[in-house]
Amino acid sequence: MNASFRLADPERAKALSEAIRILAPPEPIKIVHVCGTHEVAISHNGIRRLLPETVTILEGPGCPVCVTPASEIDAAVEIARTGATVCSFGDMLRVPGGRVSLDQARSEGCDIRTVLSAKDAVEQARAAKGEVVFFAVGFETTAPMTAAIVLDDPPENLSVLASHKLIPPAMAALLDLPDHGIAGYLAPGHVSTIIGTGPYREWLDSYEIPVVIGGFEPLDILYAIALILRQIADGTPKVENAYPRAVDDEGNRAALNLIDEVFEVTDAAWRGIGTIPSSGLVLRERFRSIDARERFEIPEPGPDPEIPGCRCPDVLTARAVPSDCPLFGTRCTPLTPVGPCMVGAEGACSIWFRYGERRTP
Amino acid sequence: MVPLRGEEDPLTDEKITPLHGAGGEMMEKLLRERILVHFKDCHAGRIGLTELDDGATVDLPAEGEAVITTDSHVVKPIFFPGGDIGRLAASGTLNDLAVMGARPIALTLAIIMEEGFPLTSLDRILASFSAALTEGGAVLVTGDTKVMGHGELDGIAINTTGIGIAVAAISDASIDPGDRVIVTGTIGDHGMALLAAREEFNLASPLTSDVAPIWPMISRALKIGGVKAMKDPTRGGLAAALNEMAKKSMTTIEIEEEKIPFHREVLALSELLGISPLEVANEGKAILIVDGERAEAILTALRAHPLGENATIVGRVTDEYPGRVVLATGVGGRRFLDMPLGDPVPRIC
Repeated sequence: MNASFRLADPERAKALSEAIRILAPPEPIKIVHVCGTHEVAISHNGIRRLLPETVTILEGPGCPVCVTPASEIDAAVEIARTGATVCSFGDMLRVPGGRVSLDQARSEGCDIRTVLSAKDAVEQARAAKGEVVFFAVGFETTAPMTAAIVLDDPPENLSVLASHKLIPPAMAALLDLPDHGIAGYLAPGHVSTIIGTGPYREWLDSYEIPVVIGGFEPLDILYAIALILRQIADGTPKVENAYPRAVDDEGNRAALNLIDEVFEVTDAAWRGIGTIPSSGLVLRERFRSIDARERFEIPEPGPDPEIPGCRCPDVLTARAVPSDCPLFGTRCTPLTPVGPCMVGAEGACSIWFRYGERRTP
Repeated sequence: MVPLRGEEDPLTDEKITPLHGAGGEMMEKLLRERILVHFKDCHAGRIGLTELDDGATVDLPAEGEAVITTDSHVVKPIFFPGGDIGRLAASGTLNDLAVMGARPIALTLAIIMEEGFPLTSLDRILASFSAALTEGGAVLVTGDTKVMGHGELDGIAINTTGIGIAVAAISDASIDPGDRVIVTGTIGDHGMALLAAREEFNLASPLTSDVAPIWPMISRALKIGGVKAMKDPTRGGLAAALNEMAKKSMTTIEIEEEKIPFHREVLALSELLGISPLEVANEGKAILIVDGERAEAILTALRAHPLGENATIVGRVTDEYPGRVVLATGVGGRRFLDMPLGDPVPRIC
């Protein structure tokens, strides 16, 4: 593909690859990213083949639909069964809940619709007679859009089932797990355009671990990995921005204000990980009337069921790569997904399957 | 701006009714006044379309093999940038013959329409079907129309069967290590043009489908000799076609991503929608696996035809991973290029 079109010049990539080889420590190390788009870029470009064998790079909890608890999918299904229309993003529909997926609920006759943005859900509500619920998932990147529709005088038949989550607390939570083995973080470029660099310092400084914000072109990723390895080699762990053409320290003030006006931070359950303190967003008290949990009297969620044999919890906590799971590519494929990571377009298993990715060259 | 759905056509209220499919006078009138008028030369033998007999005859030469193929088309939208379901139906079948190494000679056309389908849309579809047929060097010899009730079909569906003659038919599997892989032009145009044209994405794109009959170009390559296998990368795109070829021959096809010709718009849409241009359909392209020594001569022959001006050698056949396709990425990495699962859908963020 046209190299000048993307930041993918093979000569520069070769030079960065060589730098990485020199900087890499002799012992195996594990670098974790938390973004489906990073995993797509890494797998799609075969970037693992450009790294020394001692450097492993894994996707942690980087797929918003994968970390949405089964109990919240169950809640959306329950709402749809009352006759309301439930709108969500495409791949949310196929993720198995505790009992069924939204897709299965649709085949039972429920009115479940795919939307491409929060605004689409508003359009659906304006065109509908009955209740319309927007099942809002995603990280700091999609939360401002949900906040915007809440503030923009939404139609009375629209309510929001908010399941937005925050990335830096999850990055910290992984480091609290025993034997996490994480030597450095490649921090997500998209989320960072919204939140800036501050929250990483706030959440991760005390762990003394390299955190480098990276873009999504092949050279962006190689450069960020080189910076992580340099921090390790120099013994100077810190938050570093390797994506300054899109990310600044302050982030997107307008988007952050929207989030703050509409949501408050709360402890949240992450599928496969458990409850992470201060990692979720709930609608503030004054938006109670638009909260689908209130309008449909959704009970407090119970614990998620375990899926026998499925290693999604290990994949989401960066303790395994997809091909480490015995179900990967055998019982579990994108057509017959067993766990959430094989469903979400940003799920590590789905991406590895799609791009023929594997652990070694 | 063309109407996306037939019923939005404001020009006329003439529509298909159940009587048009009932075998009586209305059907006879439809055939004579709206269908036959689009086709001038309708014979590949003694009895052709104009006779409206129960079948047609096809004269076969004494030498070579007759090749037969069939294809159904249900594209949405039916009118798209660069073509319509008529041009697609003709090209699809003509190209299946072409990549078997067969010169197309005769096609059949079966149309099923939904009650209420506008006759002006049918006119446009048949006019472009006929034009594509002429470009491909074949004639329509027999056909059929049926009407289904409102809501029983989404507008129109077309089936075409084609007959062609090959000196020796070319399969998609006789491949050996050392062969070269040629694509005859830019990849992903049809699929991306259709995606961009779909209303839900709200995009304005100058991209048009590549839908075209390719026999006039392919015949030039065949004259050189050394073409060992061919395939048209339609549904599932280049990725599906290459995987099929690698699996059937148990060889490895290694492609250099950097060499694949793409329109800039295709790459831009691919980035925007998160859909690989290697997994979407082409309707006017072919993959040729050729003898390494003749590759340059075949490339020159292809490029001499307007449809082949961007033809490129994009890879080679090895035996490293039997049955798999390997992609050397632009940045210098490598990965497997696997069979796509199904229709690609855009990522959400």
